[in-house]
Amino acid sequence: MTERPLPLVLRPLDAIGRGAIAVVEALGRFGMFLAEALGTLLTPPFKFWAFIDRINYIGYRSLLIILLTGGFTGMVLGLQVYFTLVRFGSEAYLGPAVALSLIRELGPVLAALMVTGRAGSALTAEIGIMRITEQIDALTVMALNPVRYLVAPSILAGLVTFPLMTAIFDTVGIFGGYLVGVELLGLSQGTYFGEMQTFVDLNDIMMGFWKSLSFGVLVTWVCTYKGFHVGHGAEGVAKATTDAVVLSSVLILVWDYFMGTVLP
Amino acid sequence: MIKIERLVKSFGSQQVLRGLDLEVATGSITVIIGRSGGGKSVLLRHLIGLLRPDGGRVLVNGADVTRLGGRALDEVRRRYGVVFQGGALFDSMTCAANVAFPLRENLRLPAAEVATRVEASLAQVGLEGMGSKYPAEVSGGMRKRVAIARALVTEPEIVFFDEPTTGLDPILVNTIHHLVLNLHRKLRFTAVMVSHEIPEIFEIADAVAMLHDGRIVEVGPPGVIQASPNRVVRQFIRGEPEGAEGA
Amino acid sequence: MERTRVNVTVGLFVLIGMLALGYLSVNLGRVSFLGGVGYRVTAEFPSVGGLKPGSTVEIAGVEIGRVESIALKDYQALVTLRIDSRIKLQEDSIASIKTKGLIGEKYLRISPGGSEKIIPPGGRIREVEAPVDFEELLSKYIFGKV
Repeated sequence: MTERPLPLVLRPLDAIGRGAIAVVEALGRFGMFLAEALGTLLTPPFKFWAFIDRINYIGYRSLLIILLTGGFTGMVLGLQVYFTLVRFGSEAYLGPAVALSLIRELGPVLAALMVTGRAGSALTAEIGIMRITEQIDALTVMALNPVRYLVAPSILAGLVTFPLMTAIFDTVGIFGGYLVGVELLGLSQGTYFGEMQTFVDLNDIMMGFWKSLSFGVLVTWVCTYKGFHVGHGAEGVAKATTDAVVLSSVLILVWDYFMGTVLP
Repeated sequence: MIKIERLVKSFGSQQVLRGLDLEVATGSITVIIGRSGGGKSVLLRHLIGLLRPDGGRVLVNGADVTRLGGRALDEVRRRYGVVFQGGALFDSMTCAANVAFPLRENLRLPAAEVATRVEASLAQVGLEGMGSKYPAEVSGGMRKRVAIARALVTEPEIVFFDEPTTGLDPILVNTIHHLVLNLHRKLRFTAVMVSHEIPEIFEIADAVAMLHDGRIVEVGPPGVIQASPNRVVRQFIRGEPEGAEGA
Repeated sequence: MERTRVNVTVGLFVLIGMLALGYLSVNLGRVSFLGGVGYRVTAEFPSVGGLKPGSTVEIAGVEIGRVESIALKDYQALVTLRIDSRIKLQEDSIASIKTKGLIGEKYLRISPGGSEKIIPPGGRIREVEAPVDFEELLSKYIFGKV
């Protein structure tokens, strides 16, 4: 069957159509991938130990970087916000300013970005290498679903670890702000924590919680997908890893804005 | 019995399989030979259901694996053993855990039975007591043996070997070949092997099939293939460079 | 053993995470584990102007409860308070909405009365004082209507 060449005027339309279909197909594959992973979470057998290993992989191994970045983020906030507030004579509000920035925005976003760089890239590389060395095919021909063994435990672990890591980030950050505001700049401890307790309410904490929960799914979803659909050879793995980190980071920020407009 | 009928597969504009026919007798060792990049691995991936053809059928004991999906395909795969090119051992597990994996995850055997079968299986390939090492810690030849042990531990009816000796020295090639031959005599599985190892492969094959240009150009016992009048087959067996083709 | 090591590290991670989450939600988010201790009283205001659920209820600057909910009833703001059960409110207590500092947040101040009678759980504070509307006050002052 030979195709007749398309008239010249229709060629741009043809290109646009092809492009649009390719995008929709890619999104469809991306969505089906998550759907399949969630499907395997609902049906036995459950890979409990794989899930625990993933918490270790994503969570525990990122702990140090979370502590470091959380602490310094809080300290920087403490310093910068203090010098802004002092111009309005309202440095008493340093506590709530630091806490609200961390809890509503910076904690979930920065923790997610850090974990993406630390564990997300490793996740993509690991699964990508399993793909190019045919380990994923080996699972498939053993009549075992690789999604159940590799993807679903990672996504579930993301769901559990991201809120915890965000909470750690926030807490460490608040104490980082305390260190600068109270110990260094001489604010009173009571003012710092007291005003914080007055202004932060459960809605703020829930907002951060929902954000981190969704980032947990987002990052593990993107990173496992990119690893699973890796190209050829070491170059393919390298590209997939970069793609996964870039796409995760962009989606985190886009989704963060979206959540910010939807949530109270 | 495996029966491949008119199998067609293209990647983009490149047609890799062009109406390939082949029969593999039950209990035999059938070796597919042919040029690198000629589609041997692609053919193998169709047999184990990792690729879907554009046309044609693959009948395994009467069931068309190219049409099967989900549970039915898994049912067929449970009777398969596959030895991948690089071994495809799970890096994160010890060799013993690799061999135990299909028993534990698929057959759900009790731990004690898994342990005895793994030990027996490793002994069969000459790796007693090596189970606690990780794949990265053992040599290439040992990795292939572990991969063979893992493929055979579930006592499959059909075992596929995708270039099991690539990257090994000539002595190891022979060792692996004889290992396969001995295990075949003992366990009586049907073996389909993709290989480059000319002429070593003629010692263990019951049938040799030459894949060229997307088709099987000749198939028969090793003696027949070695004495083949077909120019393509003769060139390949003697390793003559491509320039001679036009003569 | 490998398994045990992973379990310990995961356990450590989860514990630290839970402590942090607990600190945030209990200390800052004011999640009460005892949930619903104390008793409810209501008060109707012509306007709550900035008072929110979760705002503090104070007597003499000491926190004695929280605003539980705010609803509209007959075009009046119906504020439900949850008060520490150790604190008794006299029937002639006055509830007024005040501001902390000049631009600070709103809170509800209760001035104790002298009556013998105590407001029962579910009862109502009759004496209320609406928040001072600074803008209105300011404009009245400027335009000389005070």
